[in-house]
Amino acid sequence: MQQHWKRLADGVELSVSQTDKFKTGLLAVTLTIPLREETATAGALIPEVLSRGSRTHPNMELLSAASDALYGASLGPAVRQRGESQCVSFLCSFIDDRYALDGSAVLEPAADLMGEVLLDPALQDGVFRRDYVESEGANLADRIEARVNDKRGWAMFRLIQEMCAGEAYAVDKLGSAQRARAATAQSLWADYHALLSGAKVNFYYGGAALPERVEDAVRRAFAPLLTGRDAPVCCQVAAQPQGPVRTVTEAMDVTQGKLAMGFRTGGVTLASDEFPALLVCNALYGGSANSKLFLNVREKLSLCYYASSMLDKAKGLMAVSSGVEFAQFDRAQEAILAQLDAIRRGGFTGEELTAAIRTVVNGLRGRRDSQGQMEDDRLTNLLFHSAAGEGEALIGEVEKVTADQVVEAARRLKLDTVYRLTGKEG
Amino acid sequence: MDKLEYTALDQSIHHCVLPNGLNIYVDVRPEYAKQFAFFATRYGGMDLRFRGEDGEWLDTPAGVAHFLEHKTFDTEDGNALQIMAANGTDPNAFTSWAMTGYFFDGVRGFEENLRTLLSFVSVPWFTPESVDKEQGIIAQEIRMYEDDPGDEVYCRLLEAMYVRHPIRTKVAGTVESIAQITADTLYQCHGAFYRPGNMVLCAAGNIDPQRVADIAREVLPGVPAPAVAVDHGRPEPPQVGQQYVRKTMAVSMPLFALGFKGTPAQEGGLRQRLVAELVCDVLFSSSAPLYSRLYEQGLINSSFNSCYSAAPGCAWIMAEGESRDPERVRAEVLQEAARLGREGIDQQLWDRLKNAAYGAMVRHLNSMEDTCIELAEAHFKGEDYLSFPQVFQSIERADGEALLREWCVESRTALSVVAPED
Repeated sequence: MQQHWKRLADGVELSVSQTDKFKTGLLAVTLTIPLREETATAGALIPEVLSRGSRTHPNMELLSAASDALYGASLGPAVRQRGESQCVSFLCSFIDDRYALDGSAVLEPAADLMGEVLLDPALQDGVFRRDYVESEGANLADRIEARVNDKRGWAMFRLIQEMCAGEAYAVDKLGSAQRARAATAQSLWADYHALLSGAKVNFYYGGAALPERVEDAVRRAFAPLLTGRDAPVCCQVAAQPQGPVRTVTEAMDVTQGKLAMGFRTGGVTLASDEFPALLVCNALYGGSANSKLFLNVREKLSLCYYASSMLDKAKGLMAVSSGVEFAQFDRAQEAILAQLDAIRRGGFTGEELTAAIRTVVNGLRGRRDSQGQMEDDRLTNLLFHSAAGEGEALIGEVEKVTADQVVEAARRLKLDTVYRLTGKEG
Repeated sequence: MDKLEYTALDQSIHHCVLPNGLNIYVDVRPEYAKQFAFFATRYGGMDLRFRGEDGEWLDTPAGVAHFLEHKTFDTEDGNALQIMAANGTDPNAFTSWAMTGYFFDGVRGFEENLRTLLSFVSVPWFTPESVDKEQGIIAQEIRMYEDDPGDEVYCRLLEAMYVRHPIRTKVAGTVESIAQITADTLYQCHGAFYRPGNMVLCAAGNIDPQRVADIAREVLPGVPAPAVAVDHGRPEPPQVGQQYVRKTMAVSMPLFALGFKGTPAQEGGLRQRLVAELVCDVLFSSSAPLYSRLYEQGLINSSFNSCYSAAPGCAWIMAEGESRDPERVRAEVLQEAARLGREGIDQQLWDRLKNAAYGAMVRHLNSMEDTCIELAEAHFKGEDYLSFPQVFQSIERADGEALLREWCVESRTALSVVAPED
């Protein structure tokens, strides 16, 4: 596999992972803007409205027919949060030319279709179609309100809202239901132009085509986007909790309780030299089937059905997510913290450390077997300038992590906020 | 090993059958970093009644296959999960209605991990203490599913559609049913279903197929044993048991699952799947007329999706999503199905959807995991999964219309709704 990177204009980049190991190509365009209460709703709503139809394919039926004709290319929007940025993307996965039944090229028409959807929408009176904005606004509001249906995700979502209240990080990447319902064709049209002219632009292609061919296709399909822009990507990292540990308890009609705990990493992010040690520390603590949380809290003590930890590598956060019986909240929380203390005291064997390193390496290598994960990693690393780089360079650093460095990473972790979702009485 | 060539897909599969009856499939992918192995038995949540080794019919509590999946990782020396995790691999397992599968992926130590996988799955080790403890863990898991509206709406649809078929049973069972499981139950079920002749091994990655076969021969028992007889009850009537079921939960908006009870394929399951999936597309996909109409009226949103599923003795297609008015969705779908039955499917739409479905299956092959699981499922159904390009060629619009007229009628339709609390 060969990685290529090129600046097409100031703030506009093309990244290509060239490999013929997949049967498909993946093309992505991502517009990145700061995550802000005032703009997040529009950022989430715009790609949904654009997906309703372009000037040439003005409704979903015609637009879907156009991707069907490209051997069922899957073209869809994605809204991701990376640190304190909102990334608004269109991704398109399509079969490689080798498998096209009539032998025709698929990359160029797929790029053209994406460019058309992003840049040449269906209009009414010079702005977005009103019916599209209204129905997508309502759908987005429903989606935001539906977050509560997934209790595991809800507990983590609420944890972050409480823990990072006042920080841009806590802004919902989907925006607010109220703003979504209030969006108008006029207001969204203005937001759309602000997005196109102000966002950082990342193009990505993974697949068998040569970088020159990809660049030609991108330049043709997305010409209006290739203008210079000043679009820095920032993320405020709070190294320590701002006060004593806060506990928030809420009740809902559930049969299993959820316990979510948020930690600050002491300022360590993917841009830090200590990042590889933090990755290993997380794997050892709660990031794998031989982690402390899984082995002790779930298996040995049977306190939780699941208990795992995960990192936000841009923001410098670690969060533990677990499902517990209502009566066991205190015991589970105690046990979860006791496991972290054990690591801080160096209470792990050389085998456990080796296994944790292998888990991280396995995960990093394995991600290169998936085009979607490769795109995701490349985007994150380009936005936040990973210190250890990516791929083999990062793997090399992870393999060198020592027990002392893991202890050090664990000591930097400070509990900030605890969120408990419990049942309703009666 | 034999090498099966699929030129249309630029793909080959190595295959052999060991003297003990185990089928092995290997997909060699030199450029992939990971190696993946999937070891599965034709035994799942719906296989509750079978003939034991003494020839007597045996009824087992709901949830045994899934319980067994959890306990299979136990070995006399400890737990295989940790042995493999120590190697940096990510072992896991799942139980469906008709299959239990164990798998791992990793970037190193493939042969060692494969040995561990084959060994812990084939050598049972259950103690009363460990079974007791697992009852607590699985009870928590069952409660987690009960809080998941998506799971609930689906399980209740199956209960409504089917009158007696064990597909009505939840794969994990209930807190009450799993309380009846003992170490003896587990040994009996393991003995009956975890025989090489009832199992399949699929592996993929940068690996040597012959080594996979050699290791399987070394680790697994060599003696072939006949497959056990399983009883899924009398055949189902064509019509559904209940046309409408509803439950309230803590959700923001009603969830629904709309099912059409099909006629299970006697043979040619792959063909039925491709035809039924195309019918799903004709009825429900965003490039067919109904989707836009429902979407524009605000009756469905982008969570709307559809699928075809089948297990021995049953087959159905289903659409699910969120809607303020699921009953109107049902009425609109039935009306569209009747129209298509009368007027026929537009030929251009059909051709386009066929092309798109072919492309989606090719894309699916990127994943070693999905490919191995598809190969295993197809093996248990006696099919050749990678022959799908040829099967596509033989499918005509009339096949879709026939299925639509037979399945998508009111008496075969059930609607399951999970609504917000008042």
